[in-house]
Amino acid sequence: MECRYNSIQTLGTVDGPGVRCILFLQGCPLRCGYCHNPETRPLEGGITATVNEIFERVLRCRNYFGKEGGLTVSGGEPLLQAEFVRELFIKCHENGINTCLDTSGCIINDKVEALLSVTDTVLLDIKMTNDNDYRRHIGCGIENPLKFLELTAKKNVTVWIRQVIVPGVNATEENIALLNDMANRYDNVKLVELLPFRKLCKAKYEQRGEEFVFDIYDTPTKELMASLNAGLDKGIKE
Amino acid sequence: MADLKERFKEYWEGFKPGVWQEEINTRDFIVSNFTPYYGDSSFLSGPTERTKKMNDKLNELFKKERENGGVLDINVDVVSSLCNYPAAYLDKENEIIVGYQTDAPLKRGVNPFGGIRMARSACEAYGYKLGDSVEEHFEYRTTHNDGVFRVYTDEMKLARHVGIITGLPDAYGRGRIIGDYRRVALYGIDYLIEQKTLDKKKVGEGTMDVDSIRLSEELFQQINFLNKLKQMAAMYGYDISMPARDTREAIQWTYFAYLGAIKEQNGAAMSLGRTSTFFDIYVCRDMERGILDEEHAQELIDDFVMKLRSARHLRTPEYNELFGGDPMWITESVGGITTDNVPLVTKGSYRMLNTLYNLGSSPEPNLTILWSERLPEPFKKFCAQVSVDTDSIQYENDDLMRMEYGDDYAIACCVSAMKVGKQMQFFGARFNLPKLLLLAINGGYDNMSGMKLGPQMEPMQGDVLNYFEVRGRLDVYREWLCKLYANTMNVIHYMHDKYAYEKTQMALHDTDVDRMMAFGIAGLSVMADSLSAIKFAKVKPIRDEQGYIIDFETEGDFPKFGNDDNRVDKIAQGIIQRVSAELKKNPTYRNSRHTLSALTITSNVVYGKKTGSTPDGRKKGEPFAPGANPMHNREVNGAVASLNSVAKLQYDYCKDGISNTFSIVPDALGKTKEQRVANLVTILDGYFANYAHHLNVNVLNKEKLMEAYENPEAYPNLTIRVSGYAVNFHKLSKEQQREVISRTFHETV
Repeated sequence: MECRYNSIQTLGTVDGPGVRCILFLQGCPLRCGYCHNPETRPLEGGITATVNEIFERVLRCRNYFGKEGGLTVSGGEPLLQAEFVRELFIKCHENGINTCLDTSGCIINDKVEALLSVTDTVLLDIKMTNDNDYRRHIGCGIENPLKFLELTAKKNVTVWIRQVIVPGVNATEENIALLNDMANRYDNVKLVELLPFRKLCKAKYEQRGEEFVFDIYDTPTKELMASLNAGLDKGIKE
Repeated sequence: MADLKERFKEYWEGFKPGVWQEEINTRDFIVSNFTPYYGDSSFLSGPTERTKKMNDKLNELFKKERENGGVLDINVDVVSSLCNYPAAYLDKENEIIVGYQTDAPLKRGVNPFGGIRMARSACEAYGYKLGDSVEEHFEYRTTHNDGVFRVYTDEMKLARHVGIITGLPDAYGRGRIIGDYRRVALYGIDYLIEQKTLDKKKVGEGTMDVDSIRLSEELFQQINFLNKLKQMAAMYGYDISMPARDTREAIQWTYFAYLGAIKEQNGAAMSLGRTSTFFDIYVCRDMERGILDEEHAQELIDDFVMKLRSARHLRTPEYNELFGGDPMWITESVGGITTDNVPLVTKGSYRMLNTLYNLGSSPEPNLTILWSERLPEPFKKFCAQVSVDTDSIQYENDDLMRMEYGDDYAIACCVSAMKVGKQMQFFGARFNLPKLLLLAINGGYDNMSGMKLGPQMEPMQGDVLNYFEVRGRLDVYREWLCKLYANTMNVIHYMHDKYAYEKTQMALHDTDVDRMMAFGIAGLSVMADSLSAIKFAKVKPIRDEQGYIIDFETEGDFPKFGNDDNRVDKIAQGIIQRVSAELKKNPTYRNSRHTLSALTITSNVVYGKKTGSTPDGRKKGEPFAPGANPMHNREVNGAVASLNSVAKLQYDYCKDGISNTFSIVPDALGKTKEQRVANLVTILDGYFANYAHHLNVNVLNKEKLMEAYENPEAYPNLTIRVSGYAVNFHKLSKEQQREVISRTFHETV
């Protein structure tokens, strides 16, 4: 079985527990206004590789994983290639390597459910907390991400919820309160992490001749991030 | 030798007995007596009021030195040696560990034994004039530099001139020799003199040939300088003829020995050895006796380290281009484990690192962690924390070096391991690999200077460079250069032994010392990428009117070193193997063993300046990557892939060290301090489990360096790891600073 991937980052420390190798798959059905990897969005293109080829490269990072680290599959949207990821994760588990899935949770089907059975941690990007904002800024409804969260609870997979904070969109206490409630509703949600909106990706858009829709918004200050984080029960404690 | 135990009974009381009481054997003393520590750093003490005051005074002097253009003062009238200056103090009443190199703190002495020209021009560079009496004296004296140039062949001079071999220690002290300074504390000077006298007698009983006559004269000098060392200590009011009685004396005796060495020699690297666990044995004994507490134990180490931070040598601006930042390489090796797998980590190891908190971060002493998988977890974490906080320490693989050097080796300079007091090396700088490639392609024509050297043949023909033809030519030119290089080294070290022999340091070695000859290479990643370009892409040479190749046009992509890609990583491995094998064909002075390093210090900038455009796309004059680092910003798969490429370089062929400098922005190492520390431990464990040798770690943002580049006075203490050592960023030249900024900083994606 083959995948389409965009790149491999061999040292990741912010996408899942410990030190991780990160596979960025190619292709995403969403069009988030702040997407910082627009090159991973087209379904075509990327590099093709087999499970074994990718796994060989994961093995090269193995000595760096320590007790907590492992492989994170990100994207793009990895759920688009759920069967491939599942095979890769099975291979990891056979070799004692921790698996982590970085997803928007926008696709629900049997393959996705099967994938969750071999996933140790899900980084679930709850992009907004209401359906309107989802449809306006992301390109899908809130229904699937919520169902996905429900599914992780049913299967008892550890979840870290993440959300990119954009002043003028979701940088409000009301939004954080909703997010906090959502996280508190599920025991399998262990952590909620707010990520500051950044514009470093702007050059990538220009290069691609695409519009960076969220350029109109400001980036949040450190203080704003800290005060929003304070509203979370499962936030990151420095 | 039961009488030795009796003789030193009151000095050695409380120590566990061992072979060390029957022969000079510091290692046995340590492994028989040290107390491993498995706990965390919470026992450590902060600076005492006295320490703070002293440190303020010292920082004030550092500031003056900075304002004065980098040199506070020079004593131009007195030649540096053990007893040539009166005792000097920073604050006599409040100093615990005493001794300065000259008649005032930070004042530099002149040391013309390596070469009078170097001493003269160094004085002039800072607006001084070498004293007449010194000039006159050296009119009638042969220096090391004089000797070398009497013998250098035209070809040696030419190779040096065009910069294919650079940084040779032919005009100053060679350094990279570590005396076992601890011996003075453990045995006292008198016993050391007695032993050397016996050795000398024994030499006289054998056949007197060139080797034994030289050795006998060396022993005479060693004994002479041990006596001077005693005199020097007496000038400070200490009698070091007998062993140290307590911690303060142990540190003071050891420091006197080191001080004698740096008064006598201006070696490029004057490393300290492995002292912190040795001192801890005295601390434990004093604590048991109830005469020392933690606060005062730390205070002693802090005061000792302040002295080390004050060590200076007088250098020329050209020297600083090669070895930027005014370094002394007072390398202190910390940690490691014993050959029977007990961590050599003691509270003393923590105290040494703690000086970076108590006194502020600093490039000197060059604190080097001997990393083993088996180091206690809390110690690993503390080291990583120190890295994250100070960027002042480096890591080397004890699990790799212990196999070769046992458990009482130390690092000289940046990465050169040697058994303390048992091995020494003949330091040999390095040759320029990419320049060798260009010379081979052009048939013995150097396209930077327009000079011809080496075997002469036609420049390579054709529209595209052929990989196998290039390889064939490299074989020819490598053979030529390795022979020339080895011969040059033989000349240098013969003359150094003859005219600038390290009497104090060698007196603190076994008489029957094991010698290594340390060769080096620069530009490894440029060379590997260039060969990869020729092999996997189309490299079209661009020629001048005379038909010499002066540039390249490279079509198509090719694998680049630093991406964990075997296609090019194997090329890099091959480069080292071939150079190592070729060097070994050449006989060496005093039958020293050939070793090799991939280490550049900051000379990667100068080497690049002297090298034309290369097939990998690097343009004429641009810097190389330092040491064994991949070329800047060619690593596209992240830090682990980059580390993996370097880890593939085999230590077996490069036993003088493989240097890698790793810079990562804090955010890329983890979200919280705790995570950063934990992740750095994991990275170090992973890197060294892959048999890698050395890692400099910087955890900082490029923006901070850019700010310091613009406003140096705002960042007087910004310390960064460069290539096997650390520097105050402001002490680098602007050119070196730009090069550091241009390097890869691993970031989050």
